Amino acid sequence: MIPVLLIAIPLAAGLLSFFLRAGNSSRTLVTLSALASLALALWALSAPQAQLQHHAAWLPSLGSSFDVQMDGMAKMLVLLTAIAFPVVYVSTAKNNYASPNQFFALMSLTQAGLVGVFVAADGLLFYFFWELALIPVYFLCSQWGGERRIAVTFKFFIYTFVGSLLMLVALLYLYFQTPDHSFAIQSFYKLKLSAAQQGWTFWLIFIAFAIKMPVFPFHTWQPDTYEQSPTAVTMILSGVMVKMGIYAVIRWLVPIFPAAVAQYDQIIIIAAVIGMLYASLIAIRQDDIKRLIAYSSIAHIGLMCAAIFTKNQAGMEGVMIQMFNHGVNVLGLWIVADVIEQQLGTRKFSELGGLAKKAPVMAILLVVMALANVSLPLTNAFIGEFLMFNGLFRYNVTIAAVAGISIILAAVYTLNMVQKVLYGASNERTDAATDISANAQWMLVVLVIMIIAFGVYPQPMIELTKDSVQAVLAIK
Amino acid sequence: MNNVLHFAWLVPFFPLLGFLVNGLGRNKLSKSAVGVVGCGAVLLSFLVSVWIFLQVKGGNTYVAEYFPFINSADFKIPFAFQIDQLSSLFLLIITGIGFLIHLYSTAYMHEENSAHFARFFAYLNLFVFSMLLLVMGANYVVMFIGWEGVGLCSYLLIGYWFGNDAYNYAAKKAFVMNRIGDLGFLLAIFWMLAKLGTVSYGAVFSQAAELTTADATIIAILLFVGAMGKSAQIPLYTWLPDAMAGPTPVSALIHAATMVTAGIYMIARSNVLYSLSEVAQHLVAIVGLATALFAATIAIKQNDIKKVLAYSTVSQLGYMFLGLGVGAYTGAVFHVMTHAFFKALLFLGAGSVIHAMHHEQDIRKMGGLKKKLPITHLTFLLGCIAIAGMPPFSGFFSKDEILAAAYAHNPIYWGLGVAGAAMTAFYMFRLYATTFFGEFRGTHEQEHHVHESPSAMTIPLMVLALLSVVGGFIGIPEVFAKDAHALHHFLSPVLVTEQAHTMEHSTEYMLMGISVAIAAIAILYAINKFSKKPELGEPAGLGNVLANKWYVDELYDAVVVKPLHGLSVVLKNVVERSGIDGLVNGTGKLVHYGSRQLRLLQSGQVGAYLLAMILSIVVFMLVWFNDGTIMNLLNKIVK
Amino acid sequence: MPINYYIFLAMALFSIGVIGVLTRRNAIIIFMCIELMLNAVNLLLVAFSKMHHGAAVAADAASQVGVDGQLFVFFIMVVAAAEVSVGLAIIVMMYRNVHSVDINFLNRLKN
Repeated sequence: MIPVLLIAIPLAAGLLSFFLRAGNSSRTLVTLSALASLALALWALSAPQAQLQHHAAWLPSLGSSFDVQMDGMAKMLVLLTAIAFPVVYVSTAKNNYASPNQFFALMSLTQAGLVGVFVAADGLLFYFFWELALIPVYFLCSQWGGERRIAVTFKFFIYTFVGSLLMLVALLYLYFQTPDHSFAIQSFYKLKLSAAQQGWTFWLIFIAFAIKMPVFPFHTWQPDTYEQSPTAVTMILSGVMVKMGIYAVIRWLVPIFPAAVAQYDQIIIIAAVIGMLYASLIAIRQDDIKRLIAYSSIAHIGLMCAAIFTKNQAGMEGVMIQMFNHGVNVLGLWIVADVIEQQLGTRKFSELGGLAKKAPVMAILLVVMALANVSLPLTNAFIGEFLMFNGLFRYNVTIAAVAGISIILAAVYTLNMVQKVLYGASNERTDAATDISANAQWMLVVLVIMIIAFGVYPQPMIELTKDSVQAVLAIK
Repeated sequence: MNNVLHFAWLVPFFPLLGFLVNGLGRNKLSKSAVGVVGCGAVLLSFLVSVWIFLQVKGGNTYVAEYFPFINSADFKIPFAFQIDQLSSLFLLIITGIGFLIHLYSTAYMHEENSAHFARFFAYLNLFVFSMLLLVMGANYVVMFIGWEGVGLCSYLLIGYWFGNDAYNYAAKKAFVMNRIGDLGFLLAIFWMLAKLGTVSYGAVFSQAAELTTADATIIAILLFVGAMGKSAQIPLYTWLPDAMAGPTPVSALIHAATMVTAGIYMIARSNVLYSLSEVAQHLVAIVGLATALFAATIAIKQNDIKKVLAYSTVSQLGYMFLGLGVGAYTGAVFHVMTHAFFKALLFLGAGSVIHAMHHEQDIRKMGGLKKKLPITHLTFLLGCIAIAGMPPFSGFFSKDEILAAAYAHNPIYWGLGVAGAAMTAFYMFRLYATTFFGEFRGTHEQEHHVHESPSAMTIPLMVLALLSVVGGFIGIPEVFAKDAHALHHFLSPVLVTEQAHTMEHSTEYMLMGISVAIAAIAILYAINKFSKKPELGEPAGLGNVLANKWYVDELYDAVVVKPLHGLSVVLKNVVERSGIDGLVNGTGKLVHYGSRQLRLLQSGQVGAYLLAMILSIVVFMLVWFNDGTIMNLLNKIVK
Repeated sequence: MPINYYIFLAMALFSIGVIGVLTRRNAIIIFMCIELMLNAVNLLLVAFSKMHHGAAVAADAASQVGVDGQLFVFFIMVVAAAEVSVGLAIIVMMYRNVHSVDINFLNRLKN
C-alpha cells in the first residue's frame, strides 16, 4: 500500500493545487504533501514486504496491470525523491513565481511521476509515469524559465520525446514477444530473445535512457535546460530526474537484454568514459555556475553509466549508493547557485568573487559541497566513486586509468568555481551581498550532515541496495 | 577491546574535537579561548601519543578495528588503526612538533581578527587530525582518507588569506598536483584489491610474496606516484615552493615537518612491497637523488627566505627517497625525524624574522639582524648547522646513514649525494649570512620596529633547537659504538632487514670525513662571501636560470596548462556548440523547414480538401482491392 | 424486384452527392449533398436487409437475419438529424458573422 500512497499523495496535492487561488496556500499544501511522502518513505525502509507492493487491475485487455513494488533500490530512490522535494520547497521559499498555484501543482505532479517510475513493475505503467514526470517539466521550463526558455524547452522536448518514442516502440515489441501478451516486468525478464532481436531493441531503449541520464553524446539538452529552468526545477531535474535514466538502465535494460549488454558493453563504457573527460574539460572553461554544475553532473553520471555496464558487483553497489549521494550533493550545489543568483542577479564567475568575506556561512557550506563534488574521502561521494572505479578497474585497467583523469579534472573545475565565487577581492556587486537565508542554510546543513554521515558510515546504504544488486547480477 | 591500545582513537579524537569547537564557535570564542582549545587538543593527543609510544616500546602493538568502512561483496575494508613502532614514532613527531607550532601560532597569528584566528586553528587541528589518520590507518584506504584530508587542509591553509588571488592559485595548484599523485595511489589500491583482495597492511604484506614481480613493481610504482605528489618529487614538486603563500607556521608544520613526509611514511610502511621490486627501488632512488640535486641548485639563487627553505625541503625529501630507494628505511625515517626538528626550527625562525620585519620576506632587504634578534639568530644558526650535516648535530647522523647506504649501493649515488649536501650547506649559510650579518638594509621604519618575538614564539624555537642538536643521538652508527642505534632496534620489527653493512670501518670513516669536510668548506665559503657583500643585484647567465627555477613552471604551463585550456575552449565552442548541438538543432531546423513547406498544402479551400479526400479514398480502394475485387463486384451488379 | 436496381439508384445518388460536394461552394448545398450520400447508403442498407431477411425467412420463419441492417439505418438517421442541427447552426452563425455561406470565404485559419 505504501507505494500507492507515495504516488497518490503528491498526485492529489498537485491536482488540488490547480484549484487553489492563493499562492501561499498551494505552497503550503505541496510542502505538507512532500513532508508526508518523506515520512512514508522513511517508514518504507523498515516496512514489511507485504506493504511494499500493490497489485490492481488496470488495463486487463492489454495485459497491463497497476503493479507497483519497492525493493532496496526503489526504496532508496523514493527516499531521495522524498528528501529532494521538501528541500527544494523550503530552500527556495523566498523565490516568487507567477501563478504559483500552477507552479507548485506541476512540481507535485512531477513528484508523483518520479515515484511512479521508481516503483512501477509493469512496462506500460512505467512508461505512463515516465511521461507523467516529464510533461510537467516542459511546462515548468517554458513558463517559468529564463530568457531563452522557449528554444531550450523545445530542444529538451525534442530530445526526451524522441527518447520516449523509441522506448515505447521497444516496449511494444517486447510486449508482443511475451507469450501471454503481458507488460509485467517479470514476463519481460523471462523473455528469451535471440541476439539479433536483442540488438536493436536494446539500442532503442538505451538511447531513451541515455538521453535522460544523459550520456555523451546525448547530453546537450542538459546544460541549456539546467541553465534556463527555474532553479527549483533544475534541482529536481539533476537531483532526481537524471537518476530515472540510471535506474531504468538497471531495472529495465540490463536484465532484459543480457546478450546485448555482453555484446555492446565496451562501446557504451568507452563512450561514457569519453563523455566524462569531455564534460570535465568543458567544465574547466565555463563562466556560468549553473552550466559548470551541469557539466560536472554529466561527468559524474558518465561514471555511473560505465560502472553499470561493467556488471561488477562492487561497481554496481557503487552505482546504487552514488545515485543517492549524487542527488544529495548536487542539490546542495544548486541551492548555493540559487542563493547567489537570487541575491546578486548573476551567475557569471567573472562578476563574482570575495563572497567568503561577505557570506562566511555560505562559503563554508559551498566548500563542503565542492569537496563532495570532488569526492574527497569522508564525504559520501568517495564511497560510490571508489567502488565504481574499482569495478571499472576490474573490467579494464586502461579504461579505469583514463577515467581516473576525470578525478584530477574535477578538482580543477570545482576549485575554479570555489575560487572565483568565494575568494579573491570583492567587487561592487558582491560588496552588497549578505549571508545566506535561514531556510537555505538549514537545508544545506541537513545535506551536509547526510554527506558526512554517509561518507563515514556508508554501510546501511550498501546493505539496503544489496538485494537489488544481486537480483540484477543474478539474471544471466 | 582487551588491549589498552584500543583507546588509540583518542589521539585523532582530540584534534577533531578542537576543529569542531573552534570551527563552530569561531564567532563566539575569544582569541585566548581559541588558542587554549587549539593547543590543548594537540597537547592532549601528544600526551596520549607518549603513552602509546611507551606501550609500543614495551612490545605491545595492536590493530584496532572500529567499524566496517566499506563492506562490499568483493572485499571488506574496515576502519581500523594500526599501532606499531612506525606509526607510534610518527605520532610523536606529528603531535609533538604540532603542539610547538600551535603554540607558536598563537603569537604569530595574533594580528588576525578573532573569527579568522579561530578559522586558522580549526584548519590546523583538522590537519593534525587528518595526518594522524594517515599514519594510524591500518590499511591503505584509511591512509588514503588521511592522505586526501591533509591535502585538503594544505589547500585551505595555503589559501588562508583568500583575498589574494595569487595565494588562491597556489592553493589550487597544490591541490591539483596532489590529485595527480592521488590517482596513482588510488590505482595502486585497486591493483592490490584485484590481486590480493585486501588492503590491510598485515594481510597485504604477508601475502605479498605471492605477487608476481610485475605486479609488485606496478603497485610499488603507483604508490610512488602518489608519494611524488604529496612529497614534492620531480616532476610534481612545483606546488611546494608556491605553497609558501600560506602563513609561516603552516609552512613549518605542513610543508616541512609532517605532511610532505607522508610519502616517505607510505613507502617505509610498504617496504615489503618495495623489497620485492628492484625496478621500483631504483626508480625511487634515482628520482629522489635527481630531486635532491635539482632543488638544491634552485635554492642557491632564491632571495625569498621561505622559498629557500621550501627548495631545501624538496631537496631533503629527495634525500629521504634516496634512502628508501637504496633500502635504508631506518635512515629515511630517521631523516624524517631530524628534518622535522631542524626544518620546523628554520621555518619558525624565518617566521620570527618575518614577524619582526613586518612581513618582509626578501633577504636582500634584511641583514644585520644578529644583534636585534638574538634568540632567533642563535636557534637559526643551530638549525643551519644541523641541516648542513655537521657532527654531532642531528642532521649529520641521519644524512650520513643515507649516504653510507647509497655508497654501498652505488658509489655514484654517494658522490652526487655529497655534492647535494655541499650545495645545501652553501645555500643555507648564504641565507644565514645575508639575513643576520652585514648592514641593515630595510627601511628606516622597519629598523625602528625590529624586536625579538614574544616568548610563545621563542620557546618553541628553543625546544626545537635543542632537539636539532641532540636528536641525532638516537641513531648513532655502528662505526662509533656497537648496538647504539636505538632507532634501528626500535623499528626493526616493521622494516625488512636491510642489507648488512659490509663496509670496512675505515672506508666509512673516510666517507664521513669527505662529506663533512666538503660541507664545512661550503659553509666557510658562503659565510665569507655573503656576510660582507650580499648579492643584491639581478642574477645573470646560469644564475638567472636558477633564479627562475629552470623555467619549469613556464614549461608546465606551456606543455600542460595551456593546451588543456585550449582543448577545453575548442570542445566548448566548436565540438559542443557546432558539432553535437548543431546536429540536434539541425534536425530541429529540418523539421521546421519541412513543416513550413507542408503548410502550403493547407490552403483553407474546403473544396480542395474534399477533393483530396475523395481522390485518396479512391486511390486507397484501388490499391487495397487491386486483385480485381472491384471489377468482379461491378460485373456482378451489371449481370 | 432485383437488387441491382437499388444498387444503381444508390450509386447514382451517391455520385450526385460527391459531385455536388466537390463542385458547389454554397455551404447549404454541400450540406444537402452530404445528406444525399448518407441517404444513398441508407437505401442500400434497407435493400440488402430486406433481401437477406427474405431469404432467411424462407428457410426458417423465426429468423432474425438482416434486421440489424435496418437498425443501422435508424442510427444513421438519428446521427444525421443531430448533425443537421449542429451543422445548420454553424452555417447560421457563419452567415451572421461574414454574411456569406461561401466555403471558400472561410480560409483565414491558414494564416
